[in-house]
Amino acid sequence: MGVKNQKIKVINHIDELFNQIDISSNRNISFHHHLRNGDYVINYVLDKYKKEKVQGINLFPSAIFPNYSSILDLIKNGQINNITTNYINGPVAEFITHNGLPGKLKMQTHGGRARAIIEGKSEIDIAFIAVPYVNHFGDAVGFLGPNKCGSLGYAIPDSIHAKIKVLVTDNLINIEIPNPEISGENIDYILLVDQIGDTQGIVSGTTEITKNPIGVKIAKNTSILLNELGLIKEGFSFQSGAGGVSLRVTKDVKDIMIKKNIKASFFSGGITKYHVEMLEEGLVEKLYDVQCFDLEAIESLKRNKMHLPISASRYANPENKDQVIKDLDIVILGATEIDYNFNVNVTTDSHQTLIGGSGGHSDTASESKVCIIVSPLIKGRIPVIKDRVTTITTLGKNIDCLVTERGIAINPLRKDLIKKLKNTKLKIYPIQELASIAYGFTNIPKDIVKRDKIIGEVEDRTYEIIDYIYQV
Amino acid sequence: MKASAGSLESSDCLITITKSNKLEIVIESVVLKQFGDQIKEVILNTLKDNNIAKMHVVCLDKGALDYTIKSRLETAIKRMGESHE
Repeated sequence: MGVKNQKIKVINHIDELFNQIDISSNRNISFHHHLRNGDYVINYVLDKYKKEKVQGINLFPSAIFPNYSSILDLIKNGQINNITTNYINGPVAEFITHNGLPGKLKMQTHGGRARAIIEGKSEIDIAFIAVPYVNHFGDAVGFLGPNKCGSLGYAIPDSIHAKIKVLVTDNLINIEIPNPEISGENIDYILLVDQIGDTQGIVSGTTEITKNPIGVKIAKNTSILLNELGLIKEGFSFQSGAGGVSLRVTKDVKDIMIKKNIKASFFSGGITKYHVEMLEEGLVEKLYDVQCFDLEAIESLKRNKMHLPISASRYANPENKDQVIKDLDIVILGATEIDYNFNVNVTTDSHQTLIGGSGGHSDTASESKVCIIVSPLIKGRIPVIKDRVTTITTLGKNIDCLVTERGIAINPLRKDLIKKLKNTKLKIYPIQELASIAYGFTNIPKDIVKRDKIIGEVEDRTYEIIDYIYQV
Repeated sequence: MKASAGSLESSDCLITITKSNKLEIVIESVVLKQFGDQIKEVILNTLKDNNIAKMHVVCLDKGALDYTIKSRLETAIKRMGESHE
């Protein structure tokens, strides 16, 4: 083993860590969410901030899941000032919706978060980074160890640019790690805990191919659209989320690829077993993985050389020269709402409650050649199309097509796509007309959006504030 | 005398009617703010079409469309009729 970082201190208890660093002057703290709803580290660390009654905390978690209950405690105690994140769901989201924060909630994109940390716009004092497999040199990967979580993509900028970098692990090993995701040269402390989390908790409920007939119809329409646009061709690149409809599109695209003997160059983003399957069947050359959505994806990182974990910056930072999604041909994304200007909302529901956030939505929509929104036209009586979305997550200028079970709308800005579809048998409507079809079933919902008190803002990857979030 | 029809699946509603000496309509809905008045109107019209002036109606709505609400209520009314015989 060569010359490596000798300054790393291994710490056995969080109290010992804060004997060495002052807790109350290190209030800008960050976490990653790769263990998703199975994470134990966030609650463990924040309990210490709770006990020490640290005031004025600014939190920079890459996402907030329902289990992150310590965040709620700290907010209720008035200890948290600002939260900057990419996605927020569950009790914390509901509480902020109704109460706001003393400071504000800033919703960034995955690429925007990486960029802000690298460029020093987000100044992080301490990054607490859960790692399931780390050696004494501070080199770490996410896809090994008893509580593995897959790619550590979102934590990489923090692991380089935070003032103090703390790896939190339950699995400190004594052997060299080839090609570590986290490079130990930047690491200051390794904090040992009993358990960083539960691997099972990383699986979200939606990572199965939909069998719902409406979802199947939407996926069918989408794959026909992609085919007619000539996008499914040798060497194309593709990203789809882990939603049931997106995965069904992936399956239908796969069928077309097999039929036409086409091989894709790469898939990017959140990776599932279905993407792995296509890699192992030789249908795609590479997987660029910023987050594993299921356990099969984690296992694949171990055995497949062309399944590559990448950092959030490499994935989606617009200032990164090697940004993967710059070369992305197609992205399939969801929407809670979409409006006549093609703006998309995945941040709040139609009651204005916070339920998510961009993640990589705006990043991939902005960079991809064609961005397709898939959604049922009506969800529980609420038409997906509105004249103005409740919250803009992704600007309409970056959205190209909306595919529903009853028809397709193409953004008028994409005259090239409209021209290519001149002779199609697909049902293509102006988006307002598609909305009228929905209203024919539902009637027009009363507008209930309140825009009185601002509690947060949506910051695009360009740093532009594209919308505000309001208290309900 | 009581009868129900429907379910609590998304886009459906569960309607329960009970004999009463006055007209009472209780609506719980995931889209109450957007469509509450409309749901009430459908229930009132359906009762009227069936010549019912007094009834206790509970509608637990999960975003059902008008014709779903109407058909669930009509089915409940028919079921109550059957149990009457």
